[in-house]
Amino acid sequence: MQLDVRLPIGLMFVLFGVILAIFGLVSDPALYEQHSLGVNINLYWGLVQAVFGAVMLVLVWRGKQKAAAGQ
Amino acid sequence: MPHANIELHLIDYILLITYFVFVLGIGFVLRRSVSGSKDFFESGRSLPAWICALGFIGANLGAQEVMGMAASGAKYGIMTSHFYWVGAIPAMVFVAVFMMPFYYGSKARSVPEYLKLRFDEKTRGFNALTFAAMTIMSSGISMFALAKLLNAILGWNFHVCIIASGVIVLAYIFMGGLTSAIYNEVLQFFLIVLGFLPLVLLGLKDIGGWDGLVAKLTPVATNQGFAGDSFVRSWSVTGSPSDNPMGIEWFGLAMGLGFVLSFGYWCTDFLVVQRAMAAKDMGAARRTPILAAVPKMLFPALVILPGMIAIGLHAAGGKFQLPSANGTIDYNMVVPTMLAHYFPTGMLGLGLTALMASFMSGMAGNVTAFNTVWTYDIYQGYIKKDGTDAHYLAVGRWTTVVGILLSMAAAYAAASWNNIMDTLQLVFAFVNAPLFATFLLGMFWKRTTGHGAFFGLITGTLAAALHHFLVIAKGAEVGLKGGVLGIVHTYPSDMAQNFWTAIFAWTGCFIATILISLVTAQKKTDAELGGLVYSLTPKIKEHDDHWYQRPAVLGIIILACAAGLNLLFW
Repeated sequence: MQLDVRLPIGLMFVLFGVILAIFGLVSDPALYEQHSLGVNINLYWGLVQAVFGAVMLVLVWRGKQKAAAGQ
Repeated sequence: MPHANIELHLIDYILLITYFVFVLGIGFVLRRSVSGSKDFFESGRSLPAWICALGFIGANLGAQEVMGMAASGAKYGIMTSHFYWVGAIPAMVFVAVFMMPFYYGSKARSVPEYLKLRFDEKTRGFNALTFAAMTIMSSGISMFALAKLLNAILGWNFHVCIIASGVIVLAYIFMGGLTSAIYNEVLQFFLIVLGFLPLVLLGLKDIGGWDGLVAKLTPVATNQGFAGDSFVRSWSVTGSPSDNPMGIEWFGLAMGLGFVLSFGYWCTDFLVVQRAMAAKDMGAARRTPILAAVPKMLFPALVILPGMIAIGLHAAGGKFQLPSANGTIDYNMVVPTMLAHYFPTGMLGLGLTALMASFMSGMAGNVTAFNTVWTYDIYQGYIKKDGTDAHYLAVGRWTTVVGILLSMAAAYAAASWNNIMDTLQLVFAFVNAPLFATFLLGMFWKRTTGHGAFFGLITGTLAAALHHFLVIAKGAEVGLKGGVLGIVHTYPSDMAQNFWTAIFAWTGCFIATILISLVTAQKKTDAELGGLVYSLTPKIKEHDDHWYQRPAVLGIIILACAAGLNLLFW
């Protein structure tokens, strides 16, 4: 059985997303005034990545279900 | 040279290291699925179309593309989109619908091997050797550019960057072969999209949306002596080369870039074709370039738009400024400068990781193509014909090591002898330009002979060299840039010169191949040419597929979308 490429993609982006979102919550808002036009880009884009990663993981899980049902 | 000096923090390093753990982890897990040379070089021809498609586009989305297209966006505006909507999409549809049946359907395992089956040994040898040399050079240049950039913006040691990038790429290809390279290209594809999209969004917000961008680009255009809208128009400014910043007219653009260079790259370069040949069946192989065309069509928003935003903001004289020396803007620094400006620590780490990833996938793509061509076309073809499969697998693995070492040598050559690398690149450009004529005639005219193909290619290469050295671009120095044999024509820009060199090369090869084929005997029988030439290959039956799986239907939809985008920015 070969590795499903969506698994590492999903895991990595969930991890990236969670790390960035948490950092976004605890970091100094001045950082965002200085760089990203006042937008807490770490928090928001972290959430986007976490959701993307989660969708990938759901697809992996569904793929496994289908493969199991097909056998 | 002033640079965006970037300071990284702990969180940035955590993201960077996490990425490399995943990259190496993929190789480590995949090492168990490599049991023979077919797994190592061709992914066992087992991958679904969407993975091949993202690998296809990921291998092409190297850092030179990301940084170079942003630089072009700043220099030329929306005309840069011609490299996508004219210079890529039609050729990608063509290779899918018309050429993939011969690549995938024949017994060939590489593009040079197709040439051997279709023509003869010498045509294959010529293509295999030049291609192998070219992949090593491209991989070395990627490596050099990565090390130079990291040294400039982060202060990292140049030698350490070369060695580290080489070792990482080596490790994951050595373990998992082509599948490992493709999986990492898919990972890197998503990383680039998710890493750069917020940069575009923040940049657009800063400049006041599309309307704000158009307004800010008007003075940029008029200051250079062009009409106010010439940075946001793609075709209406191409009536004359002097009307647009690229210095090219519509015919040279459509024929040189849109036909010769684009079809030459997408339809014959084994680096991309190899990704499609890894697909699990003919349908998937043909859908690969077409599915890849969808993100390719949208990339201008990701890679060209940042350049346009950057030059707009720079010219407006606000907080965002591009680095420049003596009044000359360093366009290649558009992406790093924007990353440093708009991304706070955290996202900055992600953006830089995406940039490094794209450099490495550019290297890995070249190294896997080099592996296969060296092992199948040169080693098996000329050195040891009757080895066992395990032997060729071992050769492939060790060729990876050699390929990386040669890339490092090429990287140092690029660092020390700039002229040699420029000369080599020029020579390879001459060799590449006529290739598509050979494939087109080979696939669609069964009378084309081996001698015709080989000497046609040589003629095309010479035609390219002759044209290049008989003309020059405005303001260029006589020498490598042309004009050595006298100056019979002066082009308004070096881009126009390159496009016309390609047109001459293609035409020379096309005519010479036909003429030589007509006076030489066809040594291949019709039976031998079955599966290699259009008229001797049974048509593929697609009745079982859904309409949305048929390459021709998908191709027409993609072409219509590309035409729409051209009209939108006409």
